[in-house]
Amino acid sequence: MASQEMEQLVRREYKEGFVTDIESDTVPPGLDETTIAFISHKKGEPEWMLEWRLKAYHQWLKMTPPSWAHLDYPPIDYQAISYYSAPKRPEDRPQSLDEVDPKLLETYEKLGIPLHERAALAGVAVDAVFDSVSVTTTFKDKLHEAGVIFCSISEAIRDYPELVKQYLGSVVPQGDNYFAALNSAVFTDGSFVFVPEGVTCPMELSTYFRINAANTGQFERTLIVCESRAQVSYLEGCTAPQRDENQLHAAVVELVALEDASIKYSTVQNWYPGDENGKGGIYNFVTKRGDCRGDRSHISWTQVETGSAITWKYPSCLLRGKDSIGEFYSVAVTNGRQQADTGTKMIHIGEGTRSTIVSKGISAGRSDQSYRGLVKVGPRAKGARNYTQCDSLLIGDTCGAHTFPYQEIGNSTATVEHEATTSKIGEDQLFYCQSRGIAEEDAVNMIVNGFCKDVFQELPMEFAVEAEALLNVTLEGAVG
Amino acid sequence: MLEVKDLHVTVEGSEILKGLNLTIGAGEVHAIMGPNGAGKSTLSAVIAGKDGYEVTHGTITFEGRDVLEMEIEERARKGLLLGFQYPVEIPGVKNIYLLKAALNAKREAEGLGEIPAPEFMKLIKEKIAFMQMDASFLQRAVNEGFSGGEKKRNEILQMLVLQPRLAMLDEIDSGLDIDAMKVVAKGVNSLRAEDRGILLVTHYQRLLDYIVPDQVHVLVDGRIVKSGDADLARELEDRGYDWLLEGSAA
Amino acid sequence: MNDDVQRFLDRLTERNATRGPEPTWIAARRQAGAARFEALGFPHRRIENWKYTDVRDIARHDFALAGDADFSPAAAAALTLPLDGHRLTFVDGVFAPALSDLGDLPDGVQLMPLSQALEDNHEAVGGPLGRLTGVEFSPFAALNTAFMEEGAVVRLAPRTVVEKPIVLQFLSRAGEQAVMSHPRILIEAGGRSQATVVEHHVGEEGAANFTNLVEEIILERGAILTHYKLQEAPIQDRHVASIQVEQARDSRYTSFNLNLGGGLVRNDLVSDLNGQGAETTFQGLFYGQGRQHVDNHTLVNHNAPHTTSRENYKGILDDRAHGVFNGKVIVKRDSQKIEAEQSNANLLLSDRAEIDTKPELEIYADDVKCAHGATTGQLDEEAIYALRTRGIDAQTARGLLTLAFAGEVMERVDLDAVAERVELTVAGKLPERFNLAGLVETATALNEE
Repeated sequence: MASQEMEQLVRREYKEGFVTDIESDTVPPGLDETTIAFISHKKGEPEWMLEWRLKAYHQWLKMTPPSWAHLDYPPIDYQAISYYSAPKRPEDRPQSLDEVDPKLLETYEKLGIPLHERAALAGVAVDAVFDSVSVTTTFKDKLHEAGVIFCSISEAIRDYPELVKQYLGSVVPQGDNYFAALNSAVFTDGSFVFVPEGVTCPMELSTYFRINAANTGQFERTLIVCESRAQVSYLEGCTAPQRDENQLHAAVVELVALEDASIKYSTVQNWYPGDENGKGGIYNFVTKRGDCRGDRSHISWTQVETGSAITWKYPSCLLRGKDSIGEFYSVAVTNGRQQADTGTKMIHIGEGTRSTIVSKGISAGRSDQSYRGLVKVGPRAKGARNYTQCDSLLIGDTCGAHTFPYQEIGNSTATVEHEATTSKIGEDQLFYCQSRGIAEEDAVNMIVNGFCKDVFQELPMEFAVEAEALLNVTLEGAVG
Repeated sequence: MLEVKDLHVTVEGSEILKGLNLTIGAGEVHAIMGPNGAGKSTLSAVIAGKDGYEVTHGTITFEGRDVLEMEIEERARKGLLLGFQYPVEIPGVKNIYLLKAALNAKREAEGLGEIPAPEFMKLIKEKIAFMQMDASFLQRAVNEGFSGGEKKRNEILQMLVLQPRLAMLDEIDSGLDIDAMKVVAKGVNSLRAEDRGILLVTHYQRLLDYIVPDQVHVLVDGRIVKSGDADLARELEDRGYDWLLEGSAA
Repeated sequence: MNDDVQRFLDRLTERNATRGPEPTWIAARRQAGAARFEALGFPHRRIENWKYTDVRDIARHDFALAGDADFSPAAAAALTLPLDGHRLTFVDGVFAPALSDLGDLPDGVQLMPLSQALEDNHEAVGGPLGRLTGVEFSPFAALNTAFMEEGAVVRLAPRTVVEKPIVLQFLSRAGEQAVMSHPRILIEAGGRSQATVVEHHVGEEGAANFTNLVEEIILERGAILTHYKLQEAPIQDRHVASIQVEQARDSRYTSFNLNLGGGLVRNDLVSDLNGQGAETTFQGLFYGQGRQHVDNHTLVNHNAPHTTSRENYKGILDDRAHGVFNGKVIVKRDSQKIEAEQSNANLLLSDRAEIDTKPELEIYADDVKCAHGATTGQLDEEAIYALRTRGIDAQTARGLLTLAFAGEVMERVDLDAVAERVELTVAGKLPERFNLAGLVETATALNEE
């Protein structure tokens, strides 16, 4: 394909890049104990929560940002960020969707996120987080009947303090890493899911995150707990407006699966990636970790990462329970000047634990992408097994694709396999499709989608289509 | 030569063989037939000492010795050799290594010295020619990348080199085209001898057109429900197994 | 500066006091090495490159420098590989003329101890020495540069084809005072020259010395070099090797990095593919027993288009041995038409053995075919069973399969003396009758009929 055409195709528009013009209540930039107290107060949190935040803050002050990732970005000025922004509205939370600012609803409509229950995707309950606050959660009553708690984390702290106290920070402690510590200090909202013993959540749960206000960081915190034999499937989606400044997103997600419990966590991340010269875009520093605490528990991460200027993200599994299972399926697409350093950690602690890693990376434009993974088998993990498949596809000669897989095996009964390939999009495949009359752009999409198939089929059905479409938009013909 | 008495075998908690009796004398060729799941492969696996098969009752004696007390390799050295239905691939171990190591292990057990290299090569050359195999296969890793037919020929080749006292062949005909089957049958027939027993396990009668057995046993639901001569196999071909299944249920 | 670094620098000062006058360029490089080592100190595990290897067993020791090369010829003969070659022998780093054989050097071959080259201010060393594996390579390379005085210089004139292998033998002695040596090997293979170099590290039981080796290997256009490094040092020896290879257009370098011995072993092998058509092949085998720690770091830099690299490392770890493999391939921007393959497979034979492996790819060009794989597992129980049903006892079956595991590397070894030495160690307890080398030859002959 002519490089001109390719250029054209690579320079795609960020479709979610609109700004919603609503009045918001934003604290001035800066971070100190007062900011944290303000956030805690705004959220009407109990004293213990504020203490928990301050403890994290003090740990954070002593830490330095990690430098080991294959990423290049200027130091972040944490005092230039605003740590709280909320759409202005009556003091009390809206009791129903009718009370929600219509502009806000419009925003979600534009994003294709149906907040109105009548328009909701069949069987999907949605929580939407706009800047720092949860706007609304749908299908609450129906979930309540089943015994499932699905609400914003702020509500959970107020309404279910004992549950939050028990589990918050139990998978990702406050001082786990630089960004987790920051999040623990200033997190503003996020989702809380609790599925009690023996309950299979009757519908898909979903949260959409959107950063709207300028100079605002988003620090959401999500906690999902499945008691024994409980099951849930959860999906998060993320978007942000097109702005010239870089915005920081530092989230923490904790999953706890007790005996025989199963959690499936899917992400479609489409934060604003910046323009083709690398101006603007979201800095996405995320700590996601699942704890397979009980025997035979199962945690599965699926991610489709197409957005963000910088991605630093390693959804992981602690396989502690006997015969527990961890999975990681990932498609990451980078284009323009995007940089992504992403992968997973599978920590095999218990006997008979199994993990599967399938990672598909597609680099185009002048982007740089790394897979970074750790498979660790401890001395007690008898018979542990891991299979890792890690493939990179390069589109164009100015991008980079890197693989850094760590294996630390301390048990002779473990079987660990890692396979990786890096290649450019197959010219013969393209030619074959074209010779069958398929336009090059469609051929590229077909091939890339085929390349990602193993991961897409792990997504909940409603979102697999969305993910494919997103991929096509991101790559729009980026071939040469 | 081989005597199986009231053999009960359990696999993962369920009983597969439920009181099987079988006697094979020197110079005899026996065929065990039966529907899928009857326990045919279990019998040969137990005799060869495969893991995961629990003998809950009964005995297996081979030339007066308790087979169940013997190590796996000891059984082979005494001449109790199993040809597998699905021979395992062993990457990196050349066929020639396996053949030489196995033959010398047997010779050592018999109080003979190591076979001199020229003699060994002469023997191997003769046998691979007989099995219509290419000499290059000796340098290939055991069964690695072999076709179904090659694997089966290889099993027979090992028999020809190791000259067992009792050759057990588990579904040696499965996955073979007619030409390959003829070669395999030729190999097995060449093993027929006064002092050797042969046990064929098969689902289809077809093989028995080429290797005519002295006795045919029908194994249904863990027991031998009927024995006869080669004609029984033909009858099974015509009538299937159902009439015998009914018999066993009654 | 910490005490450990000071202790080594004190030894250097001591040694320098005994040296006669030397050309200023040598003194200057020595000084630069010392300064760099002083600045860096010994590496620690917080440095990514040393994450899995703790060098305190070296840093905390006081190693003297050996004063002579006395070694009983009978004992040396027992350790020496039965190879007909041109041979240089070093005892604890000191050149041993009595154990060397420099007769019959073919035309176009220069082979001499480094001390002689330095003394003569030979043109072979002035330019190249320290150009590739310089003081920036690692703290150990810097330390070596500070102490450099002995080693081997191999120089092949263009189009020289050396029939016999060039053998560089390093013997380690047991003694009350542990010693260190900082040998340097400098190989310069002229255009289209061909040679095989066998580097052999071995020693007396009970030796607990420290060898800090630096190698610089230059392959000019079209040169072909096969480099065996057979490291079977005594079980308490410390062995650190920093090897940098530079390859011009169409050159072919093949490394067999065979590590069977040593208590603490670290190899850094780097190949720069600087010209089109250059190929590099890294074959590695490491076998650890007891509490051995064997760390192999390799790096291939595809600096030019149309370059190829292949790598295959096999690790076998028993008892409480700890193995590390870190293989990295970097494809520079605009280095198109690259093929790079890398594989690492490990076998853990004991519950307390450990392997840490990291096969890395860093790719900045799109027209590439790169693949890597890493596996860790056990011997196939089904294969053991299958062998036993053919009358082969369990122990022998395990030996055969372990040997088969190493086979992928070993079958490419053309020197029987090396192959046999390795097979003996790896298969260990395999009885005589399974040494089937002769048989395989017969079989090959049969094939050719």
